[in-house]
Amino acid sequence: MHFNPNSSFMYTIVAIVIVYVIAQSMFFLIKAWRRAKELGMEVSTLKKTMLSSALFTVAPAVSILIGVISLSKFLGFPLPWLRLSVIGSLTYEFTAATTAASAIGASITQTITDPKVFAAIAWVMTLGILPSLLLVSIFGKKIENGIIKLKSKDNAWGEIFLTSLFLGMISAFLGVIFATIHQGLKGWIPVFVMIASALIMAVCGIIVKKFHIKWVEDFALPISMLGAMALSIPITNLTQSLL
Amino acid sequence: MKKKSYYDSVHFTGRIWTLTAAFLLVMVPVSICVYYNAWPAATDVLKGLLGVAPIFWTVAVIEVVTYVPMLGAAGSYLGFVTGNLSNLKVPCALGAMEAAKVEPGSEKGEVISTIAIAVSSIVTTVIIAVGVLLLSQFEPILQSPVLKPAFDNILPALFGGLAVVYVSKNWKIALTPLLFMVILFVLQPGLASSVGLLVPVGALITIAVARVLYKKGRI
Repeated sequence: MHFNPNSSFMYTIVAIVIVYVIAQSMFFLIKAWRRAKELGMEVSTLKKTMLSSALFTVAPAVSILIGVISLSKFLGFPLPWLRLSVIGSLTYEFTAATTAASAIGASITQTITDPKVFAAIAWVMTLGILPSLLLVSIFGKKIENGIIKLKSKDNAWGEIFLTSLFLGMISAFLGVIFATIHQGLKGWIPVFVMIASALIMAVCGIIVKKFHIKWVEDFALPISMLGAMALSIPITNLTQSLL
Repeated sequence: MKKKSYYDSVHFTGRIWTLTAAFLLVMVPVSICVYYNAWPAATDVLKGLLGVAPIFWTVAVIEVVTYVPMLGAAGSYLGFVTGNLSNLKVPCALGAMEAAKVEPGSEKGEVISTIAIAVSSIVTTVIIAVGVLLLSQFEPILQSPVLKPAFDNILPALFGGLAVVYVSKNWKIALTPLLFMVILFVLQPGLASSVGLLVPVGALITIAVARVLYKKGRI
C-alpha cells in the first residue's frame, strides 16, 4: 500500500490517542475539582487557577505548534502532532526523530515516503519515552508516600525540602540562559529577556502590595512571561543594531 | 481516613489511565507496521534507540524523582502522559500553587496542581489542533521574522518571573545553586543540551545547602 505520513489513516490513529488524553485530563480535572470543594476551597480560587493556567499555556503551546511545523517537514503532521501535544517535548521528540533518522541513514530534509523508515522512527520515539510512563506508575506512590512521611516527621524541613527541589530546577534553567554569553553581546539577549521578565514580576509584586489589586497576583506569571516575550523583540532589535 | 481514600483512588485510577496511555502509544507504531505491512528491521530500531535511550531513560528517572514530589500524585500521572513538563507543566503548576497560596506537597496543593496541569493540557491540545487545521492562515504569522525573537526566548521569559517569586522568598538557599549553575554554563556552554541531567545536581546542591542552614537554625 502506498505510504503517506499525512494519510487519513495516520490522522485517525493519532486522533484516537489525543481524544484519550483529553479524556484523562477531564477525568482528573473533575476529580480534583470535587476534592477541592470537599476540602472547602473557594470556587473562585479554582476558577482563577483555571483561567491563569490557560493564559499561561498559550505562548508555550504556540511555540510547541512551531515545533510541530518544523518536524512535519519530514515526518508529516500527524505523528509530530501526537507526540508534541500529548507526550513529549520539543527537545525530546526532535532529538529522538533526528537521531533515529541518522542511525537508519534517512534524510531529515525531505518527507519520508518509506513506511519502514517511518515506522522505525516511530518505534524509537515511542520506546524512548515509554520508561517515564512506566516509572511514574510503579514508583509514583512510593515517592509520594516518602514525601508524606518526611513531612509528618518534620513538617518545616519537609517544606524546605520541596522548595529546594524547585530551586534546584529553577537554578538549572536559569543557569542555562547564560550558556550563550560566550557569543558576545548577541548571546546576552536571553539574559536581558530573563531580567525583563524578572522586573515585570517585581513590578507586579509592588502593585499587589501597594495597591492591593488581587487579580494582578493571580496573573503575575502569565503577565511577566508574555510581557518579556513582547519585550524580547525590541531587545533583540536594539542589541543587533549595536553590533 | 477521607484523605487516604482520595490518595488511594488517585493512585489507582492514575495507574490505569497512565498504563492504558502507554499501551495506546505503543499501538501507534504497531498499527503503522500492520496497516502498511512494513516492519522495520529490529537492528534499525535498536541503532536509533541506542542513540536516544541512554540520555532519555536517565532523564525519565530524574524527572520522575524530582517532579512527582512537586506535582503531587494526580498532577504527575497527568503531567507525564501529557508531556512538556519542564517547559510548561511544572512552571504552570508551581505558579498556580503560588497564586492560590497553597503548599506544594499538601492535599490542597495537589488539587490546585492537578487543575492547572489538566487545564494546561487541554489548552495545549486545542491550540495545536486549531493551529494544524488552520495552518495556511497561521504559518506566515508564526514564522514571521518579527515574532521570531519572542519564541526564541520563551524559556528565559518564563523562568525569569518564576525565579523572582521563589528566589526572593528563599534567597539564602537559592544563592549557592544559582551561582554554581551560572558559572557552570558560562564555563561549559556545551552542557546546555543536557540541562535535564543537571536538574538533580541543582536539587542536590540546594538540599545540601538548605540542610546545613536548617540545622544551624538560619532558615
